[in-house]
Amino acid sequence: MSIFVDAGTKVVVQGLTGSQGRFYGLRNRAYGTQVVAGTNPKKAGSDVEGIPVFATVGDARAHTGAGASCIFVPAPAVPHAVMEAAEAGIELVVVITEGVPAHDQALFYNQLKRHYPGTRLLGPNCPGIITPGECNIGITAGEIAKGGGPVGIVSRSGTLTYQALYELKQKGIGVTTCVGIGGDPVPGTSFVDCLSAFEADPDTRAVMILGEIGGTAEEEAADFLASGMTKPVVAYVAGVTAPAGRKMGHAGAIVSGTKGTAKAKMAALQAAGAEVALNPTEAGELMARVLADV
Amino acid sequence: MDLFEYQGKGYFARFGVPVSTGGVAETVDEAVARAEEAGYPVVVKAQVQVGGRGKAGGIKVAADAAEVRRHAGAILGMDIRGHVVARLLVERASDIAREYYASFTLDRSAKLDLGLLSSEGGVDIEEVAAERPDAIARLHVNPIDGLSEDVCRDWVERAGLGGAAAPGAVQLLSALYRCYTDGDADLVEVNPLVLTTDGALLALDAKVTLDDSAAFRHPEWAELENTQVLDVREQLAHERGLQYVGLDGSIGIIANGAGLAMSTLDVVHQVGGTPANFLDVGGGAKAEVMASALEVINTDPKVRCIFINIFGGITKGEEVAKGVVEALGRVELSSPIVVRLDGTNADEGRAILAEHESDRLVSQPTMLDAARKAVELALERG
Repeated sequence: MSIFVDAGTKVVVQGLTGSQGRFYGLRNRAYGTQVVAGTNPKKAGSDVEGIPVFATVGDARAHTGAGASCIFVPAPAVPHAVMEAAEAGIELVVVITEGVPAHDQALFYNQLKRHYPGTRLLGPNCPGIITPGECNIGITAGEIAKGGGPVGIVSRSGTLTYQALYELKQKGIGVTTCVGIGGDPVPGTSFVDCLSAFEADPDTRAVMILGEIGGTAEEEAADFLASGMTKPVVAYVAGVTAPAGRKMGHAGAIVSGTKGTAKAKMAALQAAGAEVALNPTEAGELMARVLADV
Repeated sequence: MDLFEYQGKGYFARFGVPVSTGGVAETVDEAVARAEEAGYPVVVKAQVQVGGRGKAGGIKVAADAAEVRRHAGAILGMDIRGHVVARLLVERASDIAREYYASFTLDRSAKLDLGLLSSEGGVDIEEVAAERPDAIARLHVNPIDGLSEDVCRDWVERAGLGGAAAPGAVQLLSALYRCYTDGDADLVEVNPLVLTTDGALLALDAKVTLDDSAAFRHPEWAELENTQVLDVREQLAHERGLQYVGLDGSIGIIANGAGLAMSTLDVVHQVGGTPANFLDVGGGAKAEVMASALEVINTDPKVRCIFINIFGGITKGEEVAKGVVEALGRVELSSPIVVRLDGTNADEGRAILAEHESDRLVSQPTMLDAARKAVELALERG
């Protein structure tokens, strides 16, 4: 079992004909992911190493049954790409593209929430999602992940996610699903969404949270843990010693209060019962210990 | 990008948010000319991106040209908490009846726009928020719906800006919201927003933070960018498109991804070292970007060792390795490099590094090992 994606997930890559889309689309396919289509209105009817290219996501879905999409188009084109996927009935939209303006993110997040509640958005600016051995959507180097569970991973940072997968693999610990939610201001999928899905997944026995400074996502995760998550959680928050970010005027301080620092996040997660690590390696060690107790 | 007050007010004006008559000056003569245009009395304000400029003597009222000359002369070149004043804003002084506070920013938790409005502006608004949260009227705005006039009017009333201020406030806040959304700002803040004795509403200060990601649709931002004050290292990094924050330690850090870069700082601290900087080379860290990153760090005289920590996703291992090797040939590096490389095409990358391994270039298998090695080398080199 896994969350959000599995061996049956069929993927359409929006931007398959661009250099990034092509590189990672083909890598994802080589990993074993069912990459069934790409889109490019100007190149409909052609193919990328055998993957058919359609004009729209709607066409791609109609012909291939794709239920997930992965977006690599440039930032200015992302809002349209997201809405096109949602309108086509895609259930999971993964946006890898970085540099999407915050107002665009807030707008399409709310549009999906109101008009397309059946579409889950992951990202923008995320590494993607991988259920090792079954489905890899995005830019994660699949070979660094060991499959089979029992650990679920949810992370805000791309490279830290790889680090965590790697640490677990070194210890022979497998992963059910690893979700990179991205570090942008308005992530489509939150820590809480993933924790709740992992809580419901019978094969996931423990969860690793990888957070970073800024925002309140880790504090919200802590609230969720305290309110009834039964599975053990190991957490690492990057940025304990990071330079304080630019303060966003008074408004930012009023909105976030004392939240947002790595220390506050770690304290909140610890108070909610999570095992909190000081670095990614220790997170792997803590997870090994937690699993021995489960 | 944080705007100076005069730029923020210029930005406000573009969207119809009323501001005082005035202009920017870089010399005493220009200050007098701006004052003559605005009409006396005027306020002469230091343009620095740091709080407390009033207390530091950076804001003065002048009744005539002689006073403008005296104040402008004193304020230009003044050092306000490390920021040297290069520009003044000279604007018509206002007779203030009431002071309010208004802002728009993104509520990341609710994933909606958030307006804050208070009838108790002009003071330390964070203190007001902490002590009497009810004194600040909050308004969530769904970006799909925007800020309607009716909703805005209710909000104004709720905040206690009734009476003479109300109609002007609705208009001003609507314009401020447009400035925030259409202007692609992460933050617009007015403190104080004033009601003058003759019943006009004015933004007496302006704090605007633009969303750098939206620069592609704002070619006009280029001129704002030219005035940003950065230190030499930050300037160089900025020109090369790198995310860089200067620190005071001896280990130069290069990592890919903000999370890993932050984690690298944490680990260096944990093994007893001090980072010289935060530097995220981002997703596509190819040879050229890596070489640029090394060049930037090389300009830092405090650096004793450079720690490159790359876990490849988008960044491919051989690109990182080629970049390091290329930079070694291109830049006369004053410090040895410790590299830790993993992820996409890591083996290819490590093979390239192995060909060039020396006492100037050391490869380490794990993040902790690499951090320890970097700290050891830095200590050896005093």
